[in-house]
Amino acid sequence: MSDISRRKLITTGLAAAAGVTGLGVAAHMAQKYGLVPPDHAGIFGFGETLTYASQRMLTRHSLAREFPRSQISKPPLANEMPPLKDEFKRLQAGGFADWRLSVNGMVAQPASFSLDQLKSYPSRSQITMLQCEEGWSYIAEWIGVPLSHVLELVGVLPQARYVFYFSIDPYWWESIDMADALHPQTFLAYGMNGDELPVGNGGPLRLRLPRQLGYKSVKFITHLTVTDSLKGFGKGLGSASTEAGYAWYAGI
Amino acid sequence: MLASRDTIPGVSESACIPSSASAVPATTATSRHSAIVRVTHWITTLCFLALLVSGVEILISHPRFYWGETGNVLTPTLFKLPIPSSRALVPTGYGYVLPDQNGWSRYLHFQSAWVVVLTGLLYVISSFFTGHLRKNLLPSGADLSWRAFSTAIANHLRFQRPSAAEAWSYNLLQRLSYLFVIFVLFPLVIWTGLAMSPAFVSAVPATVTLLGGQQSARTLHFFVSLALLLFVLVHVVMVCLAGFRSRMRAMITGRPGKNMERI
Repeated sequence: MSDISRRKLITTGLAAAAGVTGLGVAAHMAQKYGLVPPDHAGIFGFGETLTYASQRMLTRHSLAREFPRSQISKPPLANEMPPLKDEFKRLQAGGFADWRLSVNGMVAQPASFSLDQLKSYPSRSQITMLQCEEGWSYIAEWIGVPLSHVLELVGVLPQARYVFYFSIDPYWWESIDMADALHPQTFLAYGMNGDELPVGNGGPLRLRLPRQLGYKSVKFITHLTVTDSLKGFGKGLGSASTEAGYAWYAGI
Repeated sequence: MLASRDTIPGVSESACIPSSASAVPATTATSRHSAIVRVTHWITTLCFLALLVSGVEILISHPRFYWGETGNVLTPTLFKLPIPSSRALVPTGYGYVLPDQNGWSRYLHFQSAWVVVLTGLLYVISSFFTGHLRKNLLPSGADLSWRAFSTAIANHLRFQRPSAAEAWSYNLLQRLSYLFVIFVLFPLVIWTGLAMSPAFVSAVPATVTLLGGQQSARTLHFFVSLALLLFVLVHVVMVCLAGFRSRMRAMITGRPGKNMERI
């Protein structure tokens, strides 16, 4: 073996060792700082982890773009969805007076809220874009109570890492990390464009998450669970969309 | 150009490599394409195919294009593609809906984007340090004359076979089109792609506002992708015209092959 190839071999070996160690350290740090999404396994886990980790570092506190009132889409789009069950129709017939939002899990005081209770808290509004993964979009004014306010009322325990939210439609449930759950633009929205939130747009209560695609903004919210682990919820992938083959983190 | 290259195989490379390399004939001691160029070329090729297939899959879930911030089935379009959609929401005029393949397509699209961006960065950064950019991509001063440019265009229009020297270096039109792809189309396709990310634009809003809105970014992303596809098609046709076997061998093994003078 000549000098040059030996030197090359040693350099390559050192570089490889440094690379493997670096990757190990990176993986450990990523796990520690919550930079690993639940769909990190499998053939697309590499790209998904890079996206989630880099955007968590870049966008932890950034605000979704807000628009002037003149840019609100007219007429507002209400996309098609499967017909709702009798339970929903019964609540709708009663003007949603019996609609409840229950909160449990890693909280000091599990609680259940009526719509009137939620509306009694300081309301906020945002004019933001709803962007569907299919490619279409619209801008609307969303009125509601920040999710962080409700989480504060029930007293989230310090070890909490995710918030699950469930629709009355049993096939639609999602979860977000605490960075998104406590983000000032994450709303439990009950109003739209100065009025009640129409059923077609998710009324009476919808989660609004303007920094992620529309499928994370679940309609007809009835239940929240605060947790430190995704295990025990379906297949442990964090959401119904992920089980259907879509990314858990939809900030793109 | 040819004269300076003739000195490379004999002197600079094989002279200082004592063992096995000197046994190889002098003409094949120098690689036509360096290892880094070959590796990044084929990774980019794979990523491009993956991005193309997944991009088409994503596109057919809403084959309508808009200008400005928003667009949906209730708003007028800039233009529509006359193809069926994979979602029932879109009125296409077709009586059927294609199967929805958006899940894996989106995963594949963004993963390929990461790989091609990292590969592209490796290529561009190494091109600065190895001299690939200066020697092989930037046109030489003499080549930049109007006459050289018109001769090159005329030769291409006559489908004239490339000279033997061109098996060893890029011609003027190649250099200009590669530079355009690397420094204009690639950055544009990344930019317009990032402008569609709701999370990314929350951190860097100018990414999308400079383009005129999120739907404008989507429309521009489509056109830049078409330009890249056109480049790839012309590139493959040129490879076939110049000699498919020798050009492929050069990009895989680094050596154009023994019979390159003939083609």
